[in-house]
Amino acid sequence: MSARAIQMASHPARAGAESRGRIRAHLLDGWVLRALSVVVILVAWEIYGRSTNPILFTYPSAVSGAAVNMTREGILLEAIGQSLLVLGIGLAAGTVVGIVVGLAVGRSRVMEALLDLPTIALYATPMVALVPVLVLWFGFGTWSKIVIVFLFAVFPVLINTTRGVKEADPGLEEVARSFCSSERRKWFDLTLPSALPFIVTGVRLAIGRGLIGVVVAEFYTSIAGLGFVIVSNASQFRTSRMFVSILVLMVLGVVLTKALEVLERRLTPWAQNGNHH
Amino acid sequence: MTTPKIEIDHVTMAFGDTEVVHDASLDVAEHELVCVVGTSGGGKTTLLRAAGGLLAPADGRLAVDGEEIVGPTPKVAMIFQQFGLFPWKTVRENIEYGRSVQGRDVDPDELDHLLEVMHLTDYAEQYPYQLSGGMQQRVGIARALAVEPEVLLMDEPFSALDALTREELHGELLTLWENQDRLTALMVTHDIDEAILLGDRIAVLRGQPGHIDLEFEVDIERPRDAEEIRFHPRYAELRRKVWGALQGEAAPEREAVAS
Repeated sequence: MSARAIQMASHPARAGAESRGRIRAHLLDGWVLRALSVVVILVAWEIYGRSTNPILFTYPSAVSGAAVNMTREGILLEAIGQSLLVLGIGLAAGTVVGIVVGLAVGRSRVMEALLDLPTIALYATPMVALVPVLVLWFGFGTWSKIVIVFLFAVFPVLINTTRGVKEADPGLEEVARSFCSSERRKWFDLTLPSALPFIVTGVRLAIGRGLIGVVVAEFYTSIAGLGFVIVSNASQFRTSRMFVSILVLMVLGVVLTKALEVLERRLTPWAQNGNHH
Repeated sequence: MTTPKIEIDHVTMAFGDTEVVHDASLDVAEHELVCVVGTSGGGKTTLLRAAGGLLAPADGRLAVDGEEIVGPTPKVAMIFQQFGLFPWKTVRENIEYGRSVQGRDVDPDELDHLLEVMHLTDYAEQYPYQLSGGMQQRVGIARALAVEPEVLLMDEPFSALDALTREELHGELLTLWENQDRLTALMVTHDIDEAILLGDRIAVLRGQPGHIDLEFEVDIERPRDAEEIRFHPRYAELRRKVWGALQGEAAPEREAVAS
């Protein structure tokens, strides 16, 4: 780096070429390559997909055609709205409950002893196995689906929050004590900021699991949402329409994860360059 | 004789059944800077943490102004070996931390002054990870000074720094110390040169468990100069004696003990 700086200073004519090279390298390892990978996949899919039986598989142009039709019919936006509602409420509730209980478990030995085994057991249980029971309890409506998403989302947040609280630097705990900090202040100066990156990780996992939860819930329950669009079109062999729903779920996952990354950078400006403490 | 500012009175420190400090006694007079020198693992830090009210002694008594230490008090501020800065607070917020946590106003002018004295003005809005170790410890020192303590406890404050930075900070701490008349300080270190340069008195903590059986008066007049002090006639002799004590030379008659 410094060698390059010296070189640039002594050869001003070369500086332009150098920086153009750098910009090219930057573009190549940035969004250009990302976009390229998507284009290559779509083209390969299009070529291969056209040679297959349309009942079994489809291709991007057919999917986009189906998407346009479904949008015109109002099916697509309605389904997205229904799924987002369930996902939004379930994820929000799971995140809030996960953080609150996670903080309590992280700070209190009693809470930890009480909740340790049930938490691990429920986290380890494939939630899909509980879905029929939940439908039995909460019916086929929106509530049932929200509960399912909540259960998919809450445990990763809870477990990560607890870990975050426990990973708080004992050295900083000592600093806080030596400056006579109150317990309440310690929450804001120490506990919450050190748990924050862990909470974000928990939420990231919760988003992935929440998306699974939505689809599974919609498979089993009411006639609504993107999951229902998949099931109903699959049974009619309308593969392109099915794939519209699948791709929307995929995009939803990517957008939510990226949005969380942006949020994380805003929330933790001290951890730029991945320099977590 | 007046009450010492800090009293360490026959203190034994233990973790479980393992004693790390045995029956150590040391008094620090008001406005005095005493360095406790000892090898690593000799219980220096443990003793200092007891003086800061962070650890309770297994036996004996510690006091500030004659009052027994039962926990941290705002009178006392600590400077930590690993700096102990909050990574999520900016330099300014870290320095304000002690005052704000003690529910005291933060005067922005005073804070600016402190930033200037510690050469931190240009870094006020940066986060610790953006600073070098030396700058981070400047923040640690500024944070301790910001609470206007009567007693400063320093736990090997410069041992995590490279040699050049250490010398720079030695000079700055020396200047700070010699331009105030409010503080009393206890510092633990394994660096004999540092102890001679900064201390009014040196107590040697040695053995396993550590005990204090030797004290040396640093009879080199202030103001001192970090470079010149090496050529002072007393310097080499003091250095040799402290070194010898750490190497396990038997304690002679309490030599040059402060009266």
